Amino acid sequence: MTTITGPRKVIVLGALSGMAVASARRFAEDGASLFLVARRGEALEREAADLKARGAASVTCSTRDLTDTTDCDAFYAQASDAMGGLDTILVFYGVLGDQAEAERNPVEAARIVDTGYTSVVHWVLAGARRLEDEKTGRRGVLLTASSVAGDRGRRSNFVYGSAKAGLSVLMQGLDHKWVADADAPRAVNLKLGFVDTPMTDGLPKGGPLWAKPDDIAAIVRKAAETGKSTVYAPWFWRFIMLAIRLVPRFVFARVNL
Amino acid sequence: MSAAFQSETSRRSWGRVVRAEHHVARPATAADVADCLSHISGEGGTALPYGLGRSYGDSNLNAGGALIEGRRLDRFIAFDREAGVLRAEAGVSLDEIIRLVVPHGYFLPTTPGTRYVTLGGAIANDVHGKNHHRAGPFGRHVRALRLARSDGSIREITPDADPDLFSATIGGLGLTGMIVDAEISLVPIASAMIDQRTEALRNLDHFFEIAEARADQHEHTVAWIDCTASGDRLGQGIFSSGDWAMSGGLDAHRAGAGPVLPVDLPGFALNSVTLRSFNWAYRQRQLMKPGRERVHYAGFFHPLDTIRSWNRLYGARGFYQYQSVITFDAARDATRSMLERISASGQGSFLAVLKTFGEVASPGVMSFPMPGVTLALDFANRGEPTLRLMGELDAIVREAGGRLYPAKDGRMPADLYRSSYPGWEVVERHRDPAIMSDFWRRVIE
Repeated sequence: MTTITGPRKVIVLGALSGMAVASARRFAEDGASLFLVARRGEALEREAADLKARGAASVTCSTRDLTDTTDCDAFYAQASDAMGGLDTILVFYGVLGDQAEAERNPVEAARIVDTGYTSVVHWVLAGARRLEDEKTGRRGVLLTASSVAGDRGRRSNFVYGSAKAGLSVLMQGLDHKWVADADAPRAVNLKLGFVDTPMTDGLPKGGPLWAKPDDIAAIVRKAAETGKSTVYAPWFWRFIMLAIRLVPRFVFARVNL
Repeated sequence: MSAAFQSETSRRSWGRVVRAEHHVARPATAADVADCLSHISGEGGTALPYGLGRSYGDSNLNAGGALIEGRRLDRFIAFDREAGVLRAEAGVSLDEIIRLVVPHGYFLPTTPGTRYVTLGGAIANDVHGKNHHRAGPFGRHVRALRLARSDGSIREITPDADPDLFSATIGGLGLTGMIVDAEISLVPIASAMIDQRTEALRNLDHFFEIAEARADQHEHTVAWIDCTASGDRLGQGIFSSGDWAMSGGLDAHRAGAGPVLPVDLPGFALNSVTLRSFNWAYRQRQLMKPGRERVHYAGFFHPLDTIRSWNRLYGARGFYQYQSVITFDAARDATRSMLERISASGQGSFLAVLKTFGEVASPGVMSFPMPGVTLALDFANRGEPTLRLMGELDAIVREAGGRLYPAKDGRMPADLYRSSYPGWEVVERHRDPAIMSDFWRRVIE
């Protein structure tokens, strides 16, 4: 943790997700400035009050549907003006969607893909441009929340998984662009397993594989400063997914996942 | 049930004796809490506010009905660093509050023996700490709270504007509505360290000799009693006192508890030999400490919080906790009688705690603490013999005009509760008609 040199200036896209809230709290405790973006403005104000009480230097709320990708560059500029700079971009929004519905109804499929990938491409690329131009004096970081669902297509959620696979490759490429340059920003992609948030309330929970939002927040906070570009969260998913990828197709066919 | 409620078959309280089915909702806002309550009310069912589940018996269960978990109401609302006043949602834990305020030179006005309770739960049970003789119970420091009720309302309640509902809600076991947020006063501290004084207690008389003097001298006092000792050594133990140190830094404890006890200890692991050995070893360890030393508040106030799920020590059948308070004039004889009964039964507990409560009154009409001496014990659940022993202790408490702590209780006789808590009728009058607990059903019917 010695690499932390001062409070960050953070924009959180999808600031009301359980993991985003928990992560924003970690940054606030370090005195960060925060710019929160989500659809529900009233709910954002509640989180803003909490983050100020926890020690955030400033909190600005912006109500926006992030699938609207007009003027992403101007929007980042606005966030940067509000905070006096911008060095951290957290992309947390997304929907789990309904796989069965998506297979029947193109509207649901498009919603999952647009929320999980298409619009994210705009925000990630505009964010990358912004971080390359920012001169805040500390190394920028662009962090996205992808999923282990993108590591191998499975019958239970492959539309969602394909969007997350796209996001993971996007971030892999961005890391490849930046990795050799010590002054370039860092691209960090979290591959999340099961997290106990309101988004997953419909699923049966419990057991050792389910992480708490606060566990993920600790990983986010650390990954913002140092570490690899692809971060399985929690770490054991790296090995679970390695095993799942290595299972031959004829065996995988018999597994109901 | 609506989609917001999920069925759960085996919710248990901290003592793990009872397992019950509930419909559980996890609302994230005050408005959602009010919606949950009115939904339940509309269906003619009952619901109970639920925090971190640290109540031991059945006061946090509502078998067959609904539980409304408060843990997602976990936001701070305002922290006035000049005035030392904090407003927070009711699902925030004392652990989180302490971590927030300590670096700014504040602490909770009083803290129970665990940090893992919610703000709402601390108010609903009007919890107490080692400084009860100075600070009174937790409810004393509540300046205002908001209550969601099944009529869909969310009301700000203050001691001045709504004295009746306020006093029914402090220590009201969550029955008057669900507390959704509260404003509390903090106390300034110069450091996060406690100057601790440790003394050996020869026996019970020795406790009564020094307890009053130590309460005058020190802000925090508590005694640990070896309840396997008998005869001249009955009541032998350790007396611990402490005061906030004037220096030593303002480092809060670290987030997250220590190791988890991953499995239930088998029932046979807890017997009179292991109990004796544990109590002997604990006493030796405490006595090896210097008489006075400077320790961090976390070790001083919350020693058991370092082991998560310590309740599994008592095995799969769970355990009962028994906490009584008896007025000063009757306390010496009654405490002696209780310790004699326990020692003779061979069903001692790992830790028995003895402490004096002071005169600082609670605003709550049904609060547990009163001036006198409180004794807290754990008993592994061995079925009939355990219930019989506690029945014998009941007789001593009843005779001495004392009472038992509902947050710890899963079995006290209804008439003992009602006669020792005359305020229960006030709470019943203010009870939200859609709120009920197993405990309340048991003691009022």
